[in-house]
Amino acid sequence: MKVSLKKVNKSFQKGKDDTLKVLNDIDFNIEEGEFVSLAGPSGCGKSTILKLIAGLDSPTSGEVLVNGNKVKGPGTDRVVVFQEGGLFPWMTVFENVTYGLLRKKMSKKEAEEKAMDGLRMVHLINFRESYPHELSGGMKQRVAIARALVMDPDVLLMDEPFAALDEQTRLVLHRELQKIWQETGKTILFITHNIREALTLSDRVLLMSTRPGAVKKEFTVQAARPRDPSDSNIVDLERRVMEELEEEMEKVLKEEFGNDYHLEKSHVRSSDHSDMGSHI
Amino acid sequence: MFVAVIIAIWEVISKLGIFPTFMFPPLIIPSVPGGVTVFKTLIGGIFSGQILAATGVTLSRLLIGFFIAVVLGLTFGFLIARYKWVDDTLGFFVTALQSIPSIVWFPLAIVWFGLGNTAILFIVAIGATWTMTVNSSAGFKNVPDIYINAARTLGSSGSHLLKTVILPASVPHIISGLRVAWAFAWRAIMAGELLGAAGGLGYLLDLGRSTQAMDLVLSIMIVIGVIGTIIDNQVFLRMERSVARKWGLRT
Ligand SMILES: Nc1ncnc2c1ncn2[C@@H]1O[C@H](COP(=O)(O)OP(=O)(O)O)[C@@H](O)[C@H]1O
Ligand SMILES: [Mg+2]
Repeated sequence: MKVSLKKVNKSFQKGKDDTLKVLNDIDFNIEEGEFVSLAGPSGCGKSTILKLIAGLDSPTSGEVLVNGNKVKGPGTDRVVVFQEGGLFPWMTVFENVTYGLLRKKMSKKEAEEKAMDGLRMVHLINFRESYPHELSGGMKQRVAIARALVMDPDVLLMDEPFAALDEQTRLVLHRELQKIWQETGKTILFITHNIREALTLSDRVLLMSTRPGAVKKEFTVQAARPRDPSDSNIVDLERRVMEELEEEMEKVLKEEFGNDYHLEKSHVRSSDHSDMGSHI
Repeated sequence: MFVAVIIAIWEVISKLGIFPTFMFPPLIIPSVPGGVTVFKTLIGGIFSGQILAATGVTLSRLLIGFFIAVVLGLTFGFLIARYKWVDDTLGFFVTALQSIPSIVWFPLAIVWFGLGNTAILFIVAIGATWTMTVNSSAGFKNVPDIYINAARTLGSSGSHLLKTVILPASVPHIISGLRVAWAFAWRAIMAGELLGAAGGLGYLLDLGRSTQAMDLVLSIMIVIGVIGTIIDNQVFLRMERSVARKWGLRT
């Protein structure tokens, strides 16, 4: 087992003596070399889980284990690719990619060679002297992926890395990411609120419910790779996942609209009845 | 063009003789052959070394005072951003201090350090420190979490994190802080030197006043304006632009 969460709970202080329970008894494992997605409506606690594994935050109770060791803080065995990439705007592409390598007390020459390999892998070798703002959204994410992969982490954590991209670019990056995953054999935890994306990329999809966040259901995807989103297996699974999600969405809407939601519902019903009455 | 019009108007007023020449000296063309003009005094002052020497004194004081202010401002700014209790105490106090014009400190400075160089340096430093503190703490506080988190997962921490991420990420705020702090220091030193009787351009201004030599006063005003503009344009505006270009903030 590469990553293991055991009865993990997380609450945030909200005001003086009020707490917000974000994660409730989260329990799951990720095997070595597995590609797992964590999907669920926004606000359900996906990023919080990722931060706990990355060591950027600690659980209120429960245990997070990576390689059998309790996570105590950030470490280069777990690198994160964030939604907006988190590239440093004051550094060139090349400097961004060598940043973590040089910190590893590696020789400059070795770091530069590795960075070149990484940039070659994401086809951005010609943009090494550019600054992040000169790149498109998709290119930025590829740099972020290269910056993470050159560290040779045991686990690659990705927090909605393609959410801000257009459909076309996203499809290209899906293919690239699958290829990279097959070539490197990395263990990947991928976060998304896009069900189709989760099903297209992963071996396993963990579907989360919300308020407080919990793993509601698990789906294993058994379509051949490279995946085709119109594969009948995937289409079928997508329908099943959507059904599960509808329940969740109802819960979210109820909470967001509060009493208005009940009003709307009962209003619809009563008008249905009155319609029926007048037609008979 | 605009400057030419202003000069022309000035010359006309000066020649009309409404005011005595010592109060309203001509800029370029003397009213009586061989009489005083601001231009002549300026060139003369520069060549005789009087204005140059004074400029040197003022600028070296300014640089020292400004340097002290920047170091203090960055340190205070960092502490305010880093520790909540410093923010609640010093942070609150600084906002109040910032609203005190620096020359108000002068009586205190004279009592503490005597009339002279140190008192002037004190005025300059204190005039620029608070605004530098406010700007740099804003810069440090507004470093996006995503940069810090990304750096930490890539193995950075402590002083390496400060040097490679927190400082560079605050650079846009810090530069605008430097620019405003410089402007404050520039005003402070003139006030300080006018009253401080210890050399420099401000002192020459006071000398011009007491000898009723408005040609000297005007010459120095020109020098002050030119130096101020050059530094703002060549140093700070340039810095701001190059950062903006590199970061793609605006073009
Ligand atoms: N540092 C924090 N302090 C307080 N509340 C937080 C913090 N981080 C996240 N939350 C809350 O936890 C919930 C889950 O957030 P998050 O994990 O970012 O969700 P997701 O990534 O699934 O959209 C949200 O309601 C959010 O407001
Ligand atoms: Mg999130």
